[in-house]
Amino acid sequence: MPVHRLVEGFTRGEKPEGPEGNVVTQSTMSQSTPGASGLDPQQPVIEIDHVTKSFGEFVAVDDAHFSIGQGEFFSMLGPSGCGKTTTLRMIAGFEQPTSGAIRLDGVDVSRVPPNKRDVNTVFQQYALFPHMNVYDNVAFGPRSRKATKDEIARRVPELLDIVRLGDFAARRPAQLSGGQQQRVALARALVNLPKALLLDEPLGALDLKLRHAMQFELKRIQREVGITFVYVTHDQEEALTMSDRIAVMSEGKVEQIGTPTEIYDSPASVFVAGFIGQANLWPASVTGRSGATADITALGASLKGRCQSENLRPGTDAVLMVRPERITISTNHPGPTTQGVRGTVVDLTFQGPIVRLVLHAGDDTPIIANIDPDHDLPMLRPGDTVWAAWDATAASVLPASPDQPLTATDVVDEG
Amino acid sequence: MSAAGSGLVRRIGRISLIAWAVFGFVFLFTPIVVTVIYSFNEPAGKYNYVWNRFSLAAWQDPFKYSELTDALIFSLKVAFVVTLLATILGTLMGMAMVKYRFRAKGLLGAVIVLPLTMPEVVMGFSLLTLFVTLNWSRGFLTIVIAQVMFSVSYVATTVRARIRGFDWRLEEAAADLGAGPLRTFGRITLPLIAPGVVAAAMLTFALSLDDFIITYLNSGLENTFPIEIWNLKRSRVPAQINVFSTSLLVISVLMALLVIWQGRRRQRSLDGAASGPAPA
Repeated sequence: MPVHRLVEGFTRGEKPEGPEGNVVTQSTMSQSTPGASGLDPQQPVIEIDHVTKSFGEFVAVDDAHFSIGQGEFFSMLGPSGCGKTTTLRMIAGFEQPTSGAIRLDGVDVSRVPPNKRDVNTVFQQYALFPHMNVYDNVAFGPRSRKATKDEIARRVPELLDIVRLGDFAARRPAQLSGGQQQRVALARALVNLPKALLLDEPLGALDLKLRHAMQFELKRIQREVGITFVYVTHDQEEALTMSDRIAVMSEGKVEQIGTPTEIYDSPASVFVAGFIGQANLWPASVTGRSGATADITALGASLKGRCQSENLRPGTDAVLMVRPERITISTNHPGPTTQGVRGTVVDLTFQGPIVRLVLHAGDDTPIIANIDPDHDLPMLRPGDTVWAAWDATAASVLPASPDQPLTATDVVDEG
Repeated sequence: MSAAGSGLVRRIGRISLIAWAVFGFVFLFTPIVVTVIYSFNEPAGKYNYVWNRFSLAAWQDPFKYSELTDALIFSLKVAFVVTLLATILGTLMGMAMVKYRFRAKGLLGAVIVLPLTMPEVVMGFSLLTLFVTLNWSRGFLTIVIAQVMFSVSYVATTVRARIRGFDWRLEEAAADLGAGPLRTFGRITLPLIAPGVVAAAMLTFALSLDDFIITYLNSGLENTFPIEIWNLKRSRVPAQINVFSTSLLVISVLMALLVIWQGRRRQRSLDGAASGPAPA
């Protein structure tokens, strides 16, 4: 398999010493132990140590502090202008942090120019060299790093095979489709076997169908080469599909870091809940706490939910979040073990795999529920009164945020 | 107005447009054609001003007048050095003006076109004053300095216009892959901006060969080709002048064609049409 050849090529390569050797053993390890996503948090490849980046008055990245593990598929997710690309560019070396440090394999590289850093980038519009054919594009890296002729002649075709472009070596970039150019960019960035591959919205220029195909392709390639991927995207679905962990960013700040499940099920803030997937966000106030569970009043009822912040004390304002697909609808009271409120049906929309139901609670707060069309329900009409119910574990209690006022769009819109 | 009437107006418009175009071309090319024709003249006296009779004499012995030949060789030397220096300097200036933001960038943009608009005689005299003040003797060096001075503006403006759309992320990509600044420039930037640079270099070469006023004022005892013709005018105007002029004309037309042909070929290969259509 290409993995072995790649690893072999690497150990026989021009960089026999120290840290690179670790990469090899790590990548083979991550192959043999695919559980736990092949990541080793004990050995971070990239450490972002209290990094701040300002452009004049504008703070693009505000005290980012996290590390990325060996072999991890790590995504930075957020709307445009949230600082994700700036963070990536600092890791690549195109920008220097205003304060803080960036470490690669434990070595501070904050002031090291990009050509001396052992990371490679897949650019947003690929930035392929238009005057070179595919082979020369991919060979540019090893040639710049003064690899031997034999090594280049072995490694370039290997990488072209991995991205399945073996037959296209003689083509110019302009003779390739968008997806093929994307894969050339990938091969070109991987051929130096960097400590981490940085991807800046690499699928943004592709159409939807191709984007889905490339998501799987990227995961396959990452498994095959075992290199850490740092992936920047504004597309939450992309991040959820591919990532081992996601850092959600907003206005220069890292809002939350966690696995896709953690981020989706236990968002740390109203922003995260609203940005990832659909969410019902209802104003609430905390009445009591017992451990990780908070007692609240919301939608004119007394409810319970999982507490997502230490700062939620009795008497404070909060936000209750429940995903639309976690809500079940029944005509009878759901029983004492689940949470539920009565509501009036306002709107019903058939959306293919789901039916989208809009209710109004007693205080006219909208409740969105996505229900299975097979769901055993009598024919509902606007004006009917039903029970909306959910499991207490599906309810998250978040700190109220003055920056994120709750509006109808928060409740309705998909991120 | 009837349809037939408007058709007539249109036809008259088209015919007069063609007539104007023909007149323009005749106006432009008559002197050149005359120059070429007179290289085949056998002048009756010392001055090749009046058609006498057809002869290949001048073409068979083009180097008959050594002062003319020496001047042409000297001019070519100057042009070569000036083109080299002005192209390097002007390209770097043009790139800097597109790529970087710096203080007084707007001012530089205005100042750089000054040599293109300032009367040559003013520039020539200013330089002469400077060289005299510095007590430099005029010759090859002062000619080169004078010509580089105004050529840099042409190169910088040409290059700047040609690289407006350059994708600077290609330089980032090269650095990212491990290429240092020199390799990045040599392998990525230069090959991609080469058409603009070559065009600027050709323009500089032609300007250098052609320049009279600034060069004349700063040449001291050295004679470039145009100065030599000017000097000869007093004693004789042999057909060899027309021979050299015609040769230079043919060479520059060939070079221009070569550049255009190369540019087309290159564009085709960048567009991907050179070796079959792009796959779906």
